[in-house]
Amino acid sequence: MNVTEQPFSQSLEIPSTEESLKHPMEDYLRIERFPHIWCATCGLGTVLTAFITGLQKSELDPDKVSVVSGIGCTGRSAGYLRLDSFHSTHGRAVPFATGLALGNPELKVAVISGDGDLIAIGGNHFIHTARRNIDMTVICVNNFNYAMTGGQAGPTTPLTANASTAPYGCYEYPFNLPYLAESSGAVYVARWTALHIRRLANAICEALLKPGFSFIEVICPCSTLYARRNRLGSGLDLMKHYHDQAIIRHGADTSELQIDFQKEIIVGKFVDIEKPTFARKRDDYLSERLGKDYVPYKGP
Amino acid sequence: MKADPLGVATGSHYMDGDHACAEGAIAAGCRYLAGYPITPSTEVAERIAVRFPKVGGMFIQMEDELASMAAVVGATWTGVKAMTVTSGPGFSLMMENIGLAAMMETPCVVVNVQRGGPSTGLPTLAAQADMMQARWGSHGDYEIIALSPNSPQECFDLTITAFNLAEQWRVPVMFMMDECVGHMSEKVDIPAADEITLTARKFYKGKKANYKPYKFNGQAKLAPMVKAGDGYRIHVTGLTHDERGYPLIDAETQARNVYHLVNKIRNNAEKICLFEEDQVADAEVVVISYGISSRVALKAVEQAREDGLKVGMLRLIVVWPFPEQRIKQLAKQVKSFVVPEINLGQISLEVERNAAGQAQTILVPHPGGWVHDPDDILKAIKEGAA
Ligand SMILES: Cc1ncc(C[n+]2csc(CCOP(=O)(O)OP(=O)(O)O)c2C)c(N)n1
Ligand SMILES: [Mg+2]
Repeated sequence: MNVTEQPFSQSLEIPSTEESLKHPMEDYLRIERFPHIWCATCGLGTVLTAFITGLQKSELDPDKVSVVSGIGCTGRSAGYLRLDSFHSTHGRAVPFATGLALGNPELKVAVISGDGDLIAIGGNHFIHTARRNIDMTVICVNNFNYAMTGGQAGPTTPLTANASTAPYGCYEYPFNLPYLAESSGAVYVARWTALHIRRLANAICEALLKPGFSFIEVICPCSTLYARRNRLGSGLDLMKHYHDQAIIRHGADTSELQIDFQKEIIVGKFVDIEKPTFARKRDDYLSERLGKDYVPYKGP
Repeated sequence: MKADPLGVATGSHYMDGDHACAEGAIAAGCRYLAGYPITPSTEVAERIAVRFPKVGGMFIQMEDELASMAAVVGATWTGVKAMTVTSGPGFSLMMENIGLAAMMETPCVVVNVQRGGPSTGLPTLAAQADMMQARWGSHGDYEIIALSPNSPQECFDLTITAFNLAEQWRVPVMFMMDECVGHMSEKVDIPAADEITLTARKFYKGKKANYKPYKFNGQAKLAPMVKAGDGYRIHVTGLTHDERGYPLIDAETQARNVYHLVNKIRNNAEKICLFEEDQVADAEVVVISYGISSRVALKAVEQAREDGLKVGMLRLIVVWPFPEQRIKQLAKQVKSFVVPEINLGQISLEVERNAAGQAQTILVPHPGGWVHDPDDILKAIKEGAA
């Protein structure tokens, strides 16, 4: 169709009805809490959108989905979602989610939290929950620093990158999160960036539908702190970096996914295996061992 | 509401306090326990691990006490009654999420079988030195409820009370046992299920859009809860929040939120307090004690009476909130309060504060590792009567 033939009066009309003013994701967002606290060009809004898209795609009943966050910029995610949402303590989102997931086996529980929250202070919970294969989806937003508290170094800060507590550059080895997740027992492991919105949403959908401990790392721009302190430009410049340096390599060996400062970022789906969840294994095992004495946990 | 017969081990048993506590929890309808092993509390979790698969409960041994307490708070929001069990070092780790439970007004029970401290202290020997920590061990202003059983029978009975109080006041309840009570074996009578009255959680039934998880009035009328998954799409947070559960970072919201957390307990303290008095009517000296110390104190009180001293006893069953009014009243009547406790002065401070100079307070301290010698308490009674 010739562009000039398009009926302008329709396509460019300023929406004015109540219905068209509605945010397309309003059913999933606590609009009354907006504006949110996130900086302009932060990637967290994108992650939140991808989460909602993934959830919609999964066709899970949103009433049966609970979201838990810890503390941090990412930790605010739960509070913006119009779902049963829990803003727990720093590092404890995953064990809090264990309470929900085992407390009501009908729930699908998702954790959205930061790299510091999940991997530093919450690192022990993370590996043990993966080991047990508790049925939950953990989305770790990795912005390479502790954003909420002003850009300190964390367990994912790349070597040589600057942070407020690594003023001369970071000399600690960072974690390789997909490797950590896989070796701890996760059944689904993927990494995307905030630029890969469609693939990220698809991964979130897959992870939500996957029984067991699923893990997605999302590389996310923090323009105010990480980018500024490392003179990397704006959030948009970080997105350009993802565009230029992200390499999709599904099924890559997770031991080779280390992220070096401003170097290539391997993304993709790395692990997707079948393994009975904690609750399933417990049920099967105890009913075999205890026979008719076993009374399965039914939830409240 | 009556107990579920499936969970009630009706009959006479010979069991220790730890096991009785586990049975009390099951009878109370607790069906979720997340914990981490620690002497001298481990037997509670061990019995639960045996019993839960047969009564439809969910037991999980977590990686630490931080996780245990977080899981208990999470589980409670699904509607289940949940608890955790620990001792001193684990109790310290639980403080973070005990604060969260207080802030989120999440009913649950935390059992602390006290051992000697500080730090790793005396893993296998008794103390009562976590009483202040039980009250305010987490940061910020809040109030909790704490109970202190003095026998295996009470470990059973009062664990049920602990769950009932937790539900009634939407508050984490500290169940402050001690190693002696936990490990002593005595007769425990477990009644029939229909003789056990439970406080059911109040669930909201109204319109979804109108639901608010909190009601900040500092009164006995608390907001009913809902279950995650029931479609209310709630938000709750450890941040200062309004009645919708939404965070608001300002002084006015802080005032509403925190006054409520504190006042719902303080303004109702007289309703919550539970204590037992013996021979107080004519007493010039009242021994105030709790837990295992109260049993040793009894020996001293009996001896003192035989010696012709007018001495009575007040045993705290609910320790927090503290029975301030009653102590103030008694302070006008008695010369002295004698407070034996296996610490170097915790509850005695509350007694002294409430006596406000009208009666003297004599602490009989013990650093832990054993119980008092009744003679030491007797000596203090005589000093107090002089
Ligand atoms: C126990 C505890 N320690 C420290 C803090 C302070 N704190 C708040 S957020 C945060 C780091 C958050 O970093 P991350 O999880 O990466 O989230 P981001 O803000 O980067 O999204 C810290 C250290 C806290 N809230 N609680
Ligand atoms: Mg971060």
